[in-house]
Amino acid sequence: MSKALLYDATMCIGCKQCEAACAQQNKLPYDDRVAAESVQSEHKYTVVMTKDDKFMRRLCMHCERPACASVCPVGAFHKTKEGPVVYDVWKCIGCRYCMVACAFAQPKYEWGSLNPRVRKCIMCPDRVVAGKQTACAEICPTGATKFGDRDDLIKEAQDRIRDNPSNYQPRIYGLHEVGGTCVLILSGMNVEEYGYPASAKIGDTPMPEYTGRVMEKIPDFIPVWSLVLGGIYWISHRREEVAAAEGGEKNGSKR
Amino acid sequence: MKIKLTFWRVVFLLIMAMGLYSTFVRYFYGLGAVSNMTDQFPWGLWIGFDCLCGVMLAAGGFCVIGAVYLFNVERLHSVVRPAVLTAFLGYLLFIVGLLFDLGRPWYIWHQLIYMNPHSVMFEVGMCVIAYTTVLFFEFLPNVLERFNLKTPIKWINKIYAVLVVLGILLSTLHQSSLGSLYLIMPSKLHPFWYTPALPFLFFGSAIAVGLAMTIFESTQSAKALGRHLELPVLVELGGALLVALWVNALLRFEDYVHRGMLGQIIKPSYEAYFLWLELTLAFVIPITMLSFKKVRLSPQGLYLASVISLLGFITNRLNVSLTGFETYVGHHYMPKWTEFSVTLMIIAMGFALFGVAVKYLPIFPEEERAVKRSLPSEPEPEVATAVLSHAGD
Repeated sequence: MSKALLYDATMCIGCKQCEAACAQQNKLPYDDRVAAESVQSEHKYTVVMTKDDKFMRRLCMHCERPACASVCPVGAFHKTKEGPVVYDVWKCIGCRYCMVACAFAQPKYEWGSLNPRVRKCIMCPDRVVAGKQTACAEICPTGATKFGDRDDLIKEAQDRIRDNPSNYQPRIYGLHEVGGTCVLILSGMNVEEYGYPASAKIGDTPMPEYTGRVMEKIPDFIPVWSLVLGGIYWISHRREEVAAAEGGEKNGSKR
Repeated sequence: MKIKLTFWRVVFLLIMAMGLYSTFVRYFYGLGAVSNMTDQFPWGLWIGFDCLCGVMLAAGGFCVIGAVYLFNVERLHSVVRPAVLTAFLGYLLFIVGLLFDLGRPWYIWHQLIYMNPHSVMFEVGMCVIAYTTVLFFEFLPNVLERFNLKTPIKWINKIYAVLVVLGILLSTLHQSSLGSLYLIMPSKLHPFWYTPALPFLFFGSAIAVGLAMTIFESTQSAKALGRHLELPVLVELGGALLVALWVNALLRFEDYVHRGMLGQIIKPSYEAYFLWLELTLAFVIPITMLSFKKVRLSPQGLYLASVISLLGFITNRLNVSLTGFETYVGHHYMPKWTEFSVTLMIIAMGFALFGVAVKYLPIFPEEERAVKRSLPSEPEPEVATAVLSHAGD
């Protein structure tokens, strides 16, 4: 069963310890200046944003059917069975299709590097495989970020909304968006106000299906189209041969 | 030997100098230093122009080959070689462009070993590799003839049917797939340009552009080589272009009707201005022009109509790849001058290589090659004014 993270914005106190733990886990620099940055970047995989005394965290959503993995020409991204969407830097050619394709705009790039890598939260795959929590969930003092089985966390989130309906928007962001994600978000405010794409806009269809509908036709298309083209070639050249044999002028047909 | 400094040679040298400086910045300071690409705008001019437009502008090869070898339009036989040359150079330069744009170009060969068959980009990559190989063999007879090597030409003629079919098949696949690349971004790309019909529209416009580009390059090279223009060829191409433009225009119209967008596209907005520009250049002006028989029978008229429609389809590709994302991102993207200079350098290389090839290889029929020579580092196709000022030539 796939693991997931439940982030409950109503429990978050904005201490940013998740940011610091994430930086430490991924060996990234973290100081007051980085802490003050309110956007994600190649050196900041997760960010806690503040708006009117309310907080909201952003990180890679770890889609059940990730766009980044489907578009990568060399398969540098893949979804692990435990849940994390991970990146094999040694395969990457740097086309940045993953960045353009991601509905949540999560992959970031090392624009200043001469051998740049794509950077994003990879959900601490080593820890997860070892049966441990992610670094951010482990350090969270209030339990706002909680690690667990996706199904359990969904149940828990539904319970929290039912028990305290006035505190929450009546939805779990990530439950159905783009076919479901392994990061689930509960909030009193609309997550869209913090820059998350609107549910209506990204829809419930897994992103790979948009291109898959076309890609799946290609194996049939190739033989059929080759036969058609070959057939036309044969017919028009047959006509030429016949014309030559009859010694007459052949007639060119036009498309 | 004394090399005369003509105006266009000076321009060529300036473009190359700036391009080489930008190349240095690209490989010694990175993509961030050389471009205005950001995490919000990870694909810039190099994808929008060098890749999308570059492949589109190289479509003349498969269009003319298809017309001549599949549909027996014998009159176009004389433009097969220049069209194949343009396509071959176009794809080589597309690969050069990729080497600038890829963050880790030294791993480009990974494409061949770490395959992801679900990826549209993978499919485009494989098709481009295969098609460039096909074009190489279609181009090779020029070189073999030059050195009078008859046996290998016979081998190539034996497999020519395969090359023709394979070339058109691969072109169909990747010209349309360049549109499919954007299918995965329904929430990002502006609805004026996001449509499930993208692969069809990209393929359809590639055919129109292939015809327009053949008219453009025939006229240009005739001028540069002091050759006399074969008007019947241009007239044939012009007629086909008119049909292709109508088909494309109807496809676009049908797409907007089907998605209920007609009300939105006539309302003024930032995107609407770019869309109007695109549709005016690609369809309204050239279709109007070509509807007059006088224009269809005049080399200048055909040239001008082709150039305008080319600019329109270039605008279309840039709208799909750049304009269409600005509202989603929330700010504008303007390429840095170093990005422009790399693009200009690649285009200039294309013109120069074309000039060298037609000078030394039997691209045009021998009797028509005049003694007059010149290195045609001509104006860049996307600079409207520069090209238009030459239209009357």
